[in-house]
Amino acid sequence: MGNLETITQKIRDKAKNLLSSGQAEVVIGYRQGTIPLVAAPFFARKAEDCDKLVWSSFARLNLANYLPSRKGKVALVAKGCDARSAVGQVTENQFPRENLYILGVPCSGLVDPALVAAKEPRPIREAKETDDAITISGQDFSLDIKKEEVLRRNCRTCSHRTPTLSDELTGPEVPSLQPDDFSDIKDLLAKTPAERLVYFKDLIKDCLRCYACRNACPLCYCPICFVDETRPQWLGKSNDPMDTLTFHLLRGLHCAGRCTACGACETACPVNIKVREFNRVLDRSVQENWSYEPGLAWEQKPPLTVYQPNDPAEFIK
Amino acid sequence: MSEFEPKVVAFFCNWCTYGAADLAGVSRLEYPPNFRVVRLPCTGRLNPKFILEAFKRGADGVWISGCHPGDCHYIAGNYHARRKFILLHALLETIGVDPNRLRFSWISSAEANKFQAMAKDVVESVRACGPNLTFRKDDLQLGLAEVA
Repeated sequence: MGNLETITQKIRDKAKNLLSSGQAEVVIGYRQGTIPLVAAPFFARKAEDCDKLVWSSFARLNLANYLPSRKGKVALVAKGCDARSAVGQVTENQFPRENLYILGVPCSGLVDPALVAAKEPRPIREAKETDDAITISGQDFSLDIKKEEVLRRNCRTCSHRTPTLSDELTGPEVPSLQPDDFSDIKDLLAKTPAERLVYFKDLIKDCLRCYACRNACPLCYCPICFVDETRPQWLGKSNDPMDTLTFHLLRGLHCAGRCTACGACETACPVNIKVREFNRVLDRSVQENWSYEPGLAWEQKPPLTVYQPNDPAEFIK
Repeated sequence: MSEFEPKVVAFFCNWCTYGAADLAGVSRLEYPPNFRVVRLPCTGRLNPKFILEAFKRGADGVWISGCHPGDCHYIAGNYHARRKFILLHALLETIGVDPNRLRFSWISSAEANKFQAMAKDVVESVRACGPNLTFRKDDLQLGLAEVA
């Protein structure tokens, strides 16, 4: 039995256990999606639901997004980044620790469907996976792809693949990757300012402002988002490029120092915009200035909620 | 076409830089008239969206000025603001906004001379950048264009 099946079995067993013992009223996990390469969120409330729970490399959404304002005891199936988001929810007082049970899944990276489509543009009808490869098939074709070739970009720079804080791990720890050196944005930073402005405007030119990235994000729990404010209205309702850019800049700033690079925003984007580019730039500043990584401790304070009297800021004259 | 006159939106803390501007005026120190002041209770009140809004509506530059670290009327407002500025400055610089269009400074209410020098410097560096054509809305509805 491969590692994935072992984890799936462990999740199901533990979920039944938690529900029957009353330690959780709902187990939030993933089930097999209705289309290939997708795992859908699933709320198991009864023991018989639990056999629908699965673990796969297609579980790209961040389930910690369901925690804020939820009542009752919750068990959460969480990979490294999701577990850190859940810890963030607790540190930001969005969910009580005593109501949360984190079922941590050591994760060796998730598959990016866009990269799979780049390898095989024909429609895919079925996708199966083993521990290190996926097999996609459609009409008259079948193809094996190594997972490491189609991992999401954020999974390749992931700093905490095994959940750092969890109530229980569902499998053996996975080895850590090299520390993130932000080499993926090095080319971007080498460009001239004018080129960078063109790059970022170009990056979001397809944005529909559907706000799926915001809705998928476990950090975005404000009762009224700045994009929906009307008095004053900060963003126009049309798809003016400058309004769109403002949305992405402010979304990035709101997530700065809190983002765990789960990539749910990019997963949710219907037009495949690399919205995390803004977060990458900010993550780099946060690391450089305050060497802070979110979600590593229950008592951690996000860097924008605290200060040091000697914070270096030479640009302020 | 007349020579380009920059329009700068200035966000001043009520307790220090706003006072410095007042003192500079009372002391008859001359400084350029190119900026429009928005008075804030504290730089901690400054939300990054104010700055983006100013640029979006056609400002050529933005100048933010508050109390020196340690001198905040509300004890720590400017310390918190400074952390926000660090990220905002890095972000805007990275996405390609000319850093000379955005100025942060600490000016106490006694520093009228520093205010005068900084005002001249801000306006001159924005003037050197030229009109802001790339980081604003193409279609300015109720922007500075009408107000100026």
